[in-house]
Amino acid sequence: MQPKDYGFGEDERILRDSARRFLDEVASIDKVRKLVAADHGEAYESATPPARYDGQVWQKMVDLGWTALAVPESAGGVAMKCVAVAALAEEIGRRALPSPLLSTLFSTFVLREAEAAAARPWLEKIVGGAGAALAITNEEGSWEPARTGLRAQAKGDQIVLDGTAHFVQDARKASFFVVSAASDGGVALYAVAAEHPGVTIHPDHIVDLTRDQARVAFDRVSIPAAAQIAPGETGVAVLRSALPAMLTVLAADMTGAAEWQLQTTTAYAKVRHQFDHPLGFFQAVKHPIVNMMVAIDETRSLVYNAACAIDGEPELALRYARMAKSSASDTAAFCSGRSVQLHGGIGFTWECDVQIYFKRQRHSQMLLGDGVYQREKLAELL
Amino acid sequence: MSERKDTPEQAEFREYCRRWLAENRPTPPPFRLPQSPVEVMTEQQRVWLCAWQKKVHQAGLIACDYPREYGGGGHQGFQRIASAELARAGVPYFINVIGLGMAAPTILHHGTEEQKRRYLPPLFSSDEIWCQGFSEPGSGSDLAGAQTFAERRGDQWVINGHKVWTTLAHFASWMILLARSSREHKYDGLTYFIVPIAGAPGVTVRPLVKMTGETGFNEVLFEDLHVPDSLRLDAVGKGWTVAMTTLLYERGAAESPGGGGGESHEDRIAALIELAKHTRRDGRSAWENPVTRDRILKLLIRVEALKQLGRRARVEALTDHPMRLPLQGKLLTTEISQDVAAAALEVEGMSSTLYLRDENAPQGGRWPHAYMNSYGLTIAAGTSEIQRNILGERVLGMAKSK
Repeated sequence: MQPKDYGFGEDERILRDSARRFLDEVASIDKVRKLVAADHGEAYESATPPARYDGQVWQKMVDLGWTALAVPESAGGVAMKCVAVAALAEEIGRRALPSPLLSTLFSTFVLREAEAAAARPWLEKIVGGAGAALAITNEEGSWEPARTGLRAQAKGDQIVLDGTAHFVQDARKASFFVVSAASDGGVALYAVAAEHPGVTIHPDHIVDLTRDQARVAFDRVSIPAAAQIAPGETGVAVLRSALPAMLTVLAADMTGAAEWQLQTTTAYAKVRHQFDHPLGFFQAVKHPIVNMMVAIDETRSLVYNAACAIDGEPELALRYARMAKSSASDTAAFCSGRSVQLHGGIGFTWECDVQIYFKRQRHSQMLLGDGVYQREKLAELL
Repeated sequence: MSERKDTPEQAEFREYCRRWLAENRPTPPPFRLPQSPVEVMTEQQRVWLCAWQKKVHQAGLIACDYPREYGGGGHQGFQRIASAELARAGVPYFINVIGLGMAAPTILHHGTEEQKRRYLPPLFSSDEIWCQGFSEPGSGSDLAGAQTFAERRGDQWVINGHKVWTTLAHFASWMILLARSSREHKYDGLTYFIVPIAGAPGVTVRPLVKMTGETGFNEVLFEDLHVPDSLRLDAVGKGWTVAMTTLLYERGAAESPGGGGGESHEDRIAALIELAKHTRRDGRSAWENPVTRDRILKLLIRVEALKQLGRRARVEALTDHPMRLPLQGKLLTTEISQDVAAAALEVEGMSSTLYLRDENAPQGGRWPHAYMNSYGLTIAAGTSEIQRNILGERVLGMAKSK
């Protein structure tokens, strides 16, 4: 049986509330807009797409201990419950904050399932503020752990990595990558520094203004065998056991972003008048906004259910996490669509902030697999 | 197995509920029981269901948190456990659904000491069945437009008017009635009464036939029904406030003294998945059709979300507005019921044309029946459209719609 309150107690509330206060100060919508949407030309026409985030804010997040939250105590972390991490991710999503936090959390989830001795130095780097990113996706954009765009070959006491990882999130904010590569024994996992010789980052031109994404090419990248964090026999299992937390934390981010879309659209429906009434007077406007709220509350409930299962009932975690991400993807699509539509003409413009969230949500919907994919995988668990 | 947050007393009570339910699960009657209490039609069904509710009440699983002097158990925090265990056990529903769900909490909040002592014990035991007189032919969603009139004559009230969609009136001893006592004020002109039904002079109960072909609800006509002032609930002109209490419970935003029993959404989804796995067409099962499966899984996820919504509503740190989640319950539960039934019809294909009496109808023809009935749910107790207005206005603060 799971705790009725999802295990969301005093410690978790304090973390969430202090995060709210901090983010209200450093990540207001005005600041985020100035950071990522000041100029449409720079955003979309630059030869090298921007990877904008505020390094000082990131350093403060590290100082607040956020990168240590999911790290085991044995590696210098604080090992907070997943419900706490989910609550923090919700606040990050609510501000559409550009930062490597989500990618670094994903990497943390994988590292803490990997071989403890090999993973520890990398987890310690994360505690110290190093951003990390997963390089586990092939050119098809598959989220199946067994599919990888890289190949690993042993040469003496070295391992040589070749190939390209696609759709690597926040690649230019990361100091190292957690990489999956096919080897003779299966899919093994490695940690590789971003500046390692032979590693080249090719930035993608993406729609989302709050992330950066890249193809990361590995050209005869030679690393010591000790950089292997999971051997071929266990790599897929390690990725799979990290998956529930990844799905849940991403879904939490999307829930927070959807709540911003709801609140912003509601506020607009109160101040904008047409036909002598505020927009919210008209049921054709009011009811879709209520539907946004209902969808968000479904998703949010599923997020905390999944997080709670990760903390206490791991055998149910993947099932509940797939439910949460499926719901989050559908809710994000719905809320994004309504937030633009109900703002009318202004909602279609660059200057209206709903565009920033619309794009972040579109990106998140696909990340780790969209709703249809989650349900396909869920069917296998029934 | 206790839940982690149970106190020792609650854990002991939960254990008691499980044991009692395991030992006292009724054997199904030799006749068909309708899917829900709102379709109970025959005397045979009534007698059987009343006996079951009485037995559960005597065992202490109904009205656990109500004071002992009103027929309750005098506990705190026990009803949620009893209701959950009843639902988990999958035992039959309680027939006195209007009494338990609406009349009892309304009387508890607004009744006099005498009213509580007189009416609550036989309500819990189902010795007296209750019905609700809110809707009228001319006022459904606009409930405050009720025209049934209560005229004061000395210490009596004389009631004339016409109520409709009155579930269980054909068995009812009593009705909770919203009536107009003044034509000068819309909301402040309403007064709330308890009125006798069975055998009362001036009361006519006529069955209405639903689109399913079943009765179970009625229209009730009042022609000079005389009731004493002692049957008035709360003050003259306070009827709207009292009705809001009733609706809070009717819409599931507050906990009733006897929930549980009957089929849960999870049971229905499980039945739907079974149906899909066993329905074959064109060389594969419906479950193997990815489009159908996706539709079912979306519903499975929403059912889990609804369950978690109820759980999260009790965690203050994870709710932004106290009524935001409770006010969604009615909308969600009824629309999910409808969508589950619609998906089942799609799975059944041509077999969904077969109705209750057809021996080849899948799962006894329950799905076409449930689909039709689901429209009763999305309309009754404030339509889905009214629910969305309430959510938009009371929770999100948007301008009031007309």
